Amino acid sequence: MSIAIRQVTKHFGNFVALDDVSLGIGGGSLTALLGPSGSGKSTLLRVIAGLEEPDQGDVSILGQDVTGIPPQKRGVGFVFQHYAAFKHMTVRDNVAFALKIRKRPKEEIRSRVDELLALVQLRGFADRYPAQLSGGQRQRMALARALAVEPKVLLLDEPFGALDAQVRKELRGWLRRLHEDVSVTTVFVTHDQEEAMEVADRVAVMNEGRIEQTGKPRDLYEHPANEFVMTFIGAVNRLGDSFVRPHDVEIHLTPDGDSREAIVKRVLYLGFEVRVELALRDGQELWAQVSRNDVEGLKLAPGQAIHITATREQVFA
Amino acid sequence: MRESALSRYGLRFAALGYLATIIVLPCSMILRKTFQNGVEPVLDALTDPAFVHALQLTLVAVLIAVPANTIFGVVCAMALVRGNVKRGAWFFNSAIGLPLALSPVVVGLSLILVYGNDGWLGTWLVENGIQIIFSTPGIVLATVFVTLPFVVREVVPVLREVGTDQEEASWTLGASRWQTFWRITLPAIRWGVAYGVVLTTARALGEYGAVAVVSGRLAGQTETLTIHVDEQYLRFNEVAAYTTSLVLALLAVFTLVAMNVFKPRAQEEVADVDSDSAGNEALR
Amino acid sequence: MRAGGLSLGISTVYLSLIVLLPIAAVVAASLEGGLAAFWDEVSSPPAVAALKLTFVISLLVVLANTVTGTLTAWVLVRDDFRGKSAVNALIDLPFALPTIVAGLTLLAIYGPKSPVGVDVAYTRTAIALALLFVTLPFVVRAVQPVLMELDREMEQAAASLGASPVTTFRRIILPNLMPAVLSGAALSFGKAVGEFGSVILISGNIPFDTEVASVHIFKAIESDDQEAAAAVSVVLLLLSLFVLIGADILERRSRRHDA
Repeated sequence: MSIAIRQVTKHFGNFVALDDVSLGIGGGSLTALLGPSGSGKSTLLRVIAGLEEPDQGDVSILGQDVTGIPPQKRGVGFVFQHYAAFKHMTVRDNVAFALKIRKRPKEEIRSRVDELLALVQLRGFADRYPAQLSGGQRQRMALARALAVEPKVLLLDEPFGALDAQVRKELRGWLRRLHEDVSVTTVFVTHDQEEAMEVADRVAVMNEGRIEQTGKPRDLYEHPANEFVMTFIGAVNRLGDSFVRPHDVEIHLTPDGDSREAIVKRVLYLGFEVRVELALRDGQELWAQVSRNDVEGLKLAPGQAIHITATREQVFA
Repeated sequence: MRESALSRYGLRFAALGYLATIIVLPCSMILRKTFQNGVEPVLDALTDPAFVHALQLTLVAVLIAVPANTIFGVVCAMALVRGNVKRGAWFFNSAIGLPLALSPVVVGLSLILVYGNDGWLGTWLVENGIQIIFSTPGIVLATVFVTLPFVVREVVPVLREVGTDQEEASWTLGASRWQTFWRITLPAIRWGVAYGVVLTTARALGEYGAVAVVSGRLAGQTETLTIHVDEQYLRFNEVAAYTTSLVLALLAVFTLVAMNVFKPRAQEEVADVDSDSAGNEALR
Repeated sequence: MRAGGLSLGISTVYLSLIVLLPIAAVVAASLEGGLAAFWDEVSSPPAVAALKLTFVISLLVVLANTVTGTLTAWVLVRDDFRGKSAVNALIDLPFALPTIVAGLTLLAIYGPKSPVGVDVAYTRTAIALALLFVTLPFVVRAVQPVLMELDREMEQAAASLGASPVTTFRRIILPNLMPAVLSGAALSFGKAVGEFGSVILISGNIPFDTEVASVHIFKAIESDDQEAAAAVSVVLLLLSLFVLIGADILERRSRRHDA
């Protein structure tokens, strides 16, 4: 395990940010800590970095216990949501900072900075100031800065949270490719489940200071451990005690086995998918994700009576 | 809000008229009164050893008070904003505000009661041959007292707004707390500090009441520029009094210019922080 | 975060030595003869006269300032004319100029040899003039930022609902400015009651007539009556503290309405 977190608890006054959390992160992996606000994901990341000290439990990086060791000495790279750019320094000086602190020779610094700027595609911006860069560029600079001294672990706290949707999408893919080039153990925090699913090898879903489930994105989607994970990741319909994914709702014109009666309320054409909003006899509402062909084949229209079956239903204790 | 031209001009002239009456008119007299008898008396006043000494003493007070209170200001601001002073904050804020709320003569009195011959430290000071009241150290102490709050008060909001992100980033990159303070924190607050220094200097140069109480007012020995003005006036040396006033007024104007240069930049430091988000996306 | 310890210690020591120790000495000296002696000093006719005069004139000056200060702030924020930035800079002159110089120049123009024929030297009017000078910046500088931040849309909404400019000012703008005005007024008052350098030349310092509290204290110190000086000082000190706390509360309340 590259990072081992054992039974970490952290309070802020009366608020329990982390409640007996344990997690192992493998070397070279790209892991996402996913959860809503207040779930403790950022706190956990900061505990790994040494920016917060746990009240109980310990943290090891590459087998070495780092609990109580300050961030300076942990060999972690950290990227902040709002970039934390050193405004009074040029891009070059920002990226070179860690190297200058370690008093590396000027030539080494120069070539390393050039290498890093090329890696993050900011060559030519070296002498600009952060204020002259866009948000996306600043974040790439922050990444280059964090990677300068080859950290053992790279930590990113909602790295794309402050960026426009379009830029966010681009940088997601970019981060994935960067990870493949640089392959340092990376952990990033996000509240966007789509982002976690798209970028990470493994995802740890957190809620109210606890880890609900860890696993590959596909496993979490198909085999959620509990209601929270299922509803947080991917769309879901709730029917009484059971949960059904919209794409698992099959629509028939005639009764079929243990199908239920329903009425079509709305048919929404949302670009690539068609959403059919339905109501059951007893008033419960749900929606089905249907392909365009199926919609046309069934000639679905509002008010139409149909029959549905759930090809897959899940119930949690 | 649309105003009629009449009300706009009315308000404008009312305000400007008030300012002219209260500020401009009186201050324009300084120049007139200084040169009322020609240039020679002015030159005499400027070369008077008492004046020169007063200038030196004032500068000494400034050169001690400003650095002392600047260092205190930054250290205290760091302690208040980055430290855990949750409950003690009101104490600090009140104590720091005290020099602003106190009458200068009370300040002077308080120093006499501690450092004067009959004061709390009086006996000890006399035994060791240290003279504070009626001497330079007293004047310096009074100046330090009254100028204490300015740097702290300007730095605290800036420090608060700048936030800890940059500092934390610096730590993760391997910089020690001290290195982080010098390379990251200080540059981030520099305009707040600069503005605070200007205010401190202005107040130090212009202090009268507190210094008048603790000084022995001995010409050529324990007079500051402000006391010199008063003393010369009381001796009917009008030109000397106004000449010194002119010097002080010019220093004040210089201060005003500095204030107007640094204040907007200090305010920028507060407003600046992480308007980073969506704003600049167009650049990409 | 954990930076605090040493900085806090140094700050506390510095603060205590420079400010708190001397102030404690004043309080101690005022009570040296016990509460009875304190009361005697404070209730002596000249002391009472000085305190009353100080209080009343300061109050009047502050009331004037709330009006003129708000007006000035309004013109500086909402109006535009050549030389506005110079005028804006000028507002800080009373802060930058030594009080004794202020007093001298006021004497020059509103005293015996007045070029405009106005001679109010050695009167209470003179005191008021001096105090108006030194307290000028406070209300203006307190109101300006609030006025600048004021959401113009509120006024536009009021106008669209039929309110005249005066009504809009009275019902929309003024209530939002009030905390800042009061905060500036509190600071003005604090400055006015303790003012010394600008009044000492122009007022004549006649006991029971034009002697303000600070001058009264000064004379007591000069005649080596430290207890009397300390007693009256404590009264002024309490007044200042009251004002300080009031200003702080008002300022926090003014931020209550901010999102």
